[in-house]
Amino acid sequence: MKDLTFGTLIAVFEEIFGRGLFWAMVVAAVLVTLGYIYVLVRDRSVSWHKFLLAQLSMPFGAVAAVLFVQVMTSSHLRDIGGPVDLIVLLGVAGMGAVGAAILVYTAQSLFFRKPNP
Amino acid sequence: MTLKGLPTSRRAFLGLGVAGLAAASLGVPARAARVATKARIVIIGAGAAGTALVNRLVERLEGAAITIIDARAEHLYQPGLSLVAAGLKPASYTLSQNSDWLPDGITLVSENAAAIDPITKTVATTSGQSIAYDFLIVAPGLVLDHDAIEGFSLDMVGTNGIGALYAGPQYAAKTWEAASKFTQEGGVGLFTRPGTEMKCAGAPLKHTFLIDDIASRGVGAGKYEINYAAPQQTLFSVPIVHEKLRMLFEERGFNGYYGRVLKSIDPGTKRATFIETKLDAGTKIETKTDVEMPYDYLHVIPPQRAPDVIRQSGLSWADKWTDQGWVEVDMKTLRHLRYPEIFALGDVAGVPKGKKAASVKWMVPVVEDHLIAAIEGREGTEVYDGYTSCPMITRVGRAMLVEFDYHNNLVPSFPGIIAPLEELWISWLMKEVALKATYNAMLRGKA
Repeated sequence: MKDLTFGTLIAVFEEIFGRGLFWAMVVAAVLVTLGYIYVLVRDRSVSWHKFLLAQLSMPFGAVAAVLFVQVMTSSHLRDIGGPVDLIVLLGVAGMGAVGAAILVYTAQSLFFRKPNP
Repeated sequence: MTLKGLPTSRRAFLGLGVAGLAAASLGVPARAARVATKARIVIIGAGAAGTALVNRLVERLEGAAITIIDARAEHLYQPGLSLVAAGLKPASYTLSQNSDWLPDGITLVSENAAAIDPITKTVATTSGQSIAYDFLIVAPGLVLDHDAIEGFSLDMVGTNGIGALYAGPQYAAKTWEAASKFTQEGGVGLFTRPGTEMKCAGAPLKHTFLIDDIASRGVGAGKYEINYAAPQQTLFSVPIVHEKLRMLFEERGFNGYYGRVLKSIDPGTKRATFIETKLDAGTKIETKTDVEMPYDYLHVIPPQRAPDVIRQSGLSWADKWTDQGWVEVDMKTLRHLRYPEIFALGDVAGVPKGKKAASVKWMVPVVEDHLIAAIEGREGTEVYDGYTSCPMITRVGRAMLVEFDYHNNLVPSFPGIIAPLEELWISWLMKEVALKATYNAMLRGKA
């Protein structure tokens, strides 16, 4: 690959998902992350009750992310051929897990917040 | 809802936003100043090479008169044909419109070039229009010589167990019709390679591996056999890759036949005739004999040559590839050896390696550099060292990311991370997901 710059990477991702969908996903990811930081700053503490539910969602997020990637790319677990493949697989699972946890935590904090005493 | 602490967080948010913008702006590369010129630049061919170059030139030049000549309205994503011929993608996956990729501010002549006169520096089109140039880039691709195979015609593709995936999206889809029948019913699969230079020397192997993989999960092992017949004495021009492929052939139980050029086919009896060349090790005498091979599925790849307009214009090598007519260029700068204002890109370039889009990606910046240097009256510095890459699919879900150069050296893009001779899922992901995206980014001049 020649000139693998940040600009090239953005161009590649735009082509994979289409410009609209890619930037929509970037905006969604940024919004969820900002929402997460917002509730952390606002509440000034982590709610362990909400965090528990978020943690419980992690395995589902991991499996869903792996299945999504495999279905989208006509591949199967048997295709894992070397260490780098395992790292990619774990990376996809990890991103799915963390994404699910942040999403669930933020959603609970923003939309299912108990009124303060 | 309490607002306690919100002012702090709002400030924190603004701070974050500013930090984010600063980080984003760091990623934007600096752009070189545009070169003012009145040069007339003509590009023959709006394929991968012509389109990528024209998109880069409009960014670099101010005031140049750029004309691109191509009668074809559709753009073909040729790397996708292997996937179409294995039933993994529809024919439409490889199709787009040229107009989707070409920039504004250039002239598109929707005709073919009929003649090139490098002395008067003009290109004549099929309608008789004459276009003068200061610089000419020839990138018309190549011609598949189907008539060279006796008994074969394109309308046979998809019937009687005949495939020919190079011929275009609809033929790649028909190839899958014939191949999928073989993967369900079994029999003898016969895979060929032409005796000429060809675009993507990996594609005949990819098709063999994919059809074997699908048959192994379809009709099942023992119900079919895979025969691979090539004119060369090796499976791949790079020795270390050949050895790896030879081991894979053994592992998968393929029969490799070397020194065999497909001469004719008899679709009625399902037999193919090859000319087999044998070299006697003692006397060094070459003997040629006809050999018949039966098939239930046959993959035909015809000889590949430069278009007539190139061969008739005196731009071809006189002493090399005389039956094929590739353009006589310097292998490092892609500049014509006799006409310095002419460059060749892609399939048609007479260089030892690199008839494919992966090479074009590295060729285009070199031609861009030397062309702009010539406009500015200096010498260019960029050098093309034969880089090309071949995501060698070995089954659905795995590939080897083979990258090499003129010297038969492996030049991995991700050394220590993606091993070039290992069958990996990540290499498949690159072919399946990232390649078309990278290709499209290249067409837009961005990669």
